Amino acid sequence: MKEGAVLEMRGICKFFPGVRALENVDFTLREGEIHALMGENGAGKSTLIKVLTGVYPKDGGDVTLSGQPVHIKSPQDAQNKGIATVYQEITLCPNLTVAENMYIGRTKGPLTNWGKINRDAGKLLDELGIPVSATEQLGNCSIAIQQMVAIARAVDMDCKVLILDEPTSSLDEQEVQKLFTLMRDLKAKGVGIIFVTHFLEQVYEVCDRITVLRDGKLVGEYIIEDLPRVQLVSKMLGKDFDDMADIKSGSEAEKIDYNGTPVYQAINLTGTTGIKPFDFEIHKGEVNGFTGLLGSGRSESVRAIFGADRVVAGTVKINGEEVKIRKPLDAMKHGISYLPEDRKLDGIVGDLSVRDNIILALQVMKGFFKPFSKAEAEKLADEYIKLLSIKTASQDTPIKSLSGGNQQKVILARWLLANPQYLILDEPTRGIDVGTKVEIQKLVLKLAAEGKSVTFISSEIDEMIRTCSRLVVMRDGKVVGELKGDDLNQNKIMATIAGGES
Amino acid sequence: MTSTASTEKPRLSAKEVFGKIFHNQLFIPLVALVLLVVFNLATDPGFFKVSLEPNSSGNLVLSGNLITMIDYASELVILAIGMTLVTSASGGQDISVGATIAIAGSTILRIVKTQSPDISGGQFAGMIIVSFLLCVFVSALFGAFNGALVAFFKIQPMVATLILFTAGRSIAAWINNNDNISINDKRFGYFGNFIPGIPVPTPVFITILCLIVIALVLKFTNLRLYSQSVGINASSSRLNGINPKMIKLLTFVILGICVAVCGFIKVSRTSSITYSVIANNIEMDAILAVALGGNSLGGGKFNLTASVIGAYVIQFLTTTLYKFKEIDSSSISAYKAVVVILLIIISSPFVRKLFDDFKNKREAAKAEALAGKENT
Repeated sequence: MKEGAVLEMRGICKFFPGVRALENVDFTLREGEIHALMGENGAGKSTLIKVLTGVYPKDGGDVTLSGQPVHIKSPQDAQNKGIATVYQEITLCPNLTVAENMYIGRTKGPLTNWGKINRDAGKLLDELGIPVSATEQLGNCSIAIQQMVAIARAVDMDCKVLILDEPTSSLDEQEVQKLFTLMRDLKAKGVGIIFVTHFLEQVYEVCDRITVLRDGKLVGEYIIEDLPRVQLVSKMLGKDFDDMADIKSGSEAEKIDYNGTPVYQAINLTGTTGIKPFDFEIHKGEVNGFTGLLGSGRSESVRAIFGADRVVAGTVKINGEEVKIRKPLDAMKHGISYLPEDRKLDGIVGDLSVRDNIILALQVMKGFFKPFSKAEAEKLADEYIKLLSIKTASQDTPIKSLSGGNQQKVILARWLLANPQYLILDEPTRGIDVGTKVEIQKLVLKLAAEGKSVTFISSEIDEMIRTCSRLVVMRDGKVVGELKGDDLNQNKIMATIAGGES
Repeated sequence: MTSTASTEKPRLSAKEVFGKIFHNQLFIPLVALVLLVVFNLATDPGFFKVSLEPNSSGNLVLSGNLITMIDYASELVILAIGMTLVTSASGGQDISVGATIAIAGSTILRIVKTQSPDISGGQFAGMIIVSFLLCVFVSALFGAFNGALVAFFKIQPMVATLILFTAGRSIAAWINNNDNISINDKRFGYFGNFIPGIPVPTPVFITILCLIVIALVLKFTNLRLYSQSVGINASSSRLNGINPKMIKLLTFVILGICVAVCGFIKVSRTSSITYSVIANNIEMDAILAVALGGNSLGGGKFNLTASVIGAYVIQFLTTTLYKFKEIDSSSISAYKAVVVILLIIISSPFVRKLFDDFKNKREAAKAEALAGKENT
């Protein structure tokens, strides 16, 4: 046993039908350290964590907790042994209250003192500075709050090992800092924290050690000072990596004809989801972005454009012609595609095969009475699986068993197949690995070069700067500014978001 | 990591072939069917003897247990089609089908009873077509009522259909003023029994026709993709341009049409109707057929063939149990329940997972052994 190790995993193996998800992976977590688990999509990070937390039974290898060999039978068992987890996707129950969610499965005996639980929960939430009432129903809270409640739940369980699987992907900068403070507190108390994230900056901000996985195998364990960022990326990708900063060649933005008829134009578009009426237009070959803090209305705006939420007023013109977009199908028929923000809830159809998920939108546009033959569907799916290099065991694999990034690629394939003239991508890079992020950004620019219009939304501002030639800035449901050209820099954007209406 | 492996077709070992068969949804219902057949043959080698004998009206017809089973399964098979679709799209079941069969049957009799038995063949055919179409219309309407409650008012299917489950038989009685109706025209009985000169029961033909129709519908429309998609994730279906409400409504209307056909067969079998007894408890058997077929009752993916086989399994089981003279007819349900619970447990995800874990462990052990050999 290594010095001070609270958790040791040796030679862990896990097989799925047709896939070797983990092969002989070792992992060591020491007391009072924050340990980053890094790797591309499908590298095996999530699988390793699910093995550790008893979601999947392991097919080989040993787990040792504080020197004792253990066999973890179920997530409940893992909890009892002091392994607490906050997953990438929120796995709490939206129909229960915050306090109920924090204590669910942890009450002993048949009697429960809900009054006490509500008070305890309230106290803990206050300590952690989470702005929510213990009796609020969880489903009514924002994703960020839900995520923090999940962390509060884990924290309260007196854990020796805390696993944070992509906890920051839906938090804004302030909330991330709050979380980091909390993580450092816990670290000081001797808790070992496994931190899984795709944000490199965050890794270098809080972590002590990094373990890198690739294709289900261990690449190595490193002390953070010994592994510069570029090397980390190259270890994750398994190849030397060109700097990804300059993927946009500056000339393209100048080719856009801003005086021509916009591909899409909205005047006074009014939705019912709490955003103020807004005007918007996008031109051929343009990549624009909506930015703003979480809850600023950027997603609601694009949902209104697509007809995903009810639109009550406003004029919409496609290529100068006035049209009515009342529901998603109208938008699709006018050549608009929309990749939604919440992949799990609005994007994938989990149990359906990769093939069905790819053809879905085009099939719906083609009509109820004109199904694709199996051969046609297979050909289309095959083409796009190759085009976007989607990693899947076969076309018939249910999409839910793919890794997050590959799921996202399938949804992207679905909308590319629909051949839109205007493509809306809401957070297409959220929760996926660096390699795929760059791939998607390059794809967006390629589509624009081919004459398509794209709206690209991302929480990472530098991603937006790299890809967009115009940014619409939103605050509190209102468009507060529009930036392009030289104004497209971090400082100016921050200032506009923050409130300088200059 | 597996993209290269998937491009070339791997040769399957015998074990993998077995695994594939085991994982096929048809496996459990088919095995149950085969076991029932084998069991019956073992206890009575003549059980499946089919002979050509004159029936009560003097026609030469096929008779024997096998024919009875297939004949009597007809209504259940037709209902299982609709029930599978409703389950897939709405994630719930319609428990009113027995009661709406009563309504459908009553509607037909309401028209047929007004005709004298002396009308010519052409007139009779016309009347049957009119009464059947009316029955389809009425049943589809009741189906749409259920569907609207589920799709637009978002009431859970079992609660929504509880309304007609309770009221259906009263409505059926009300349609005919609670009269005891008995149709004297022999020709009316053709559809639930035999057509003179044809030795195979008519319901069997009707069932085959229904199966062909639904197969064509599934082939030439997107009903399968849409209802599965809506059942799995309604929100994402909507964002892909599907109207989840209309799809749910549609599946209930299709089930309504299935109910109409069943009602027609049922009243034709006896040329009469007993409002409180007709198609009693058939809704539970129909739901069971869907479950036995290995379909999730929570909606989503479905396998219609498996449901149909499930329906036959249930009818075979019932007939088999009736054969045992020592089993009291009132306790048959209990015996049936025992067999059904066994089947459901075997096909449950839990047992399947146990089997998979066992297989994976062996695979891992083998891989380890192989690695060990390479090292030495």
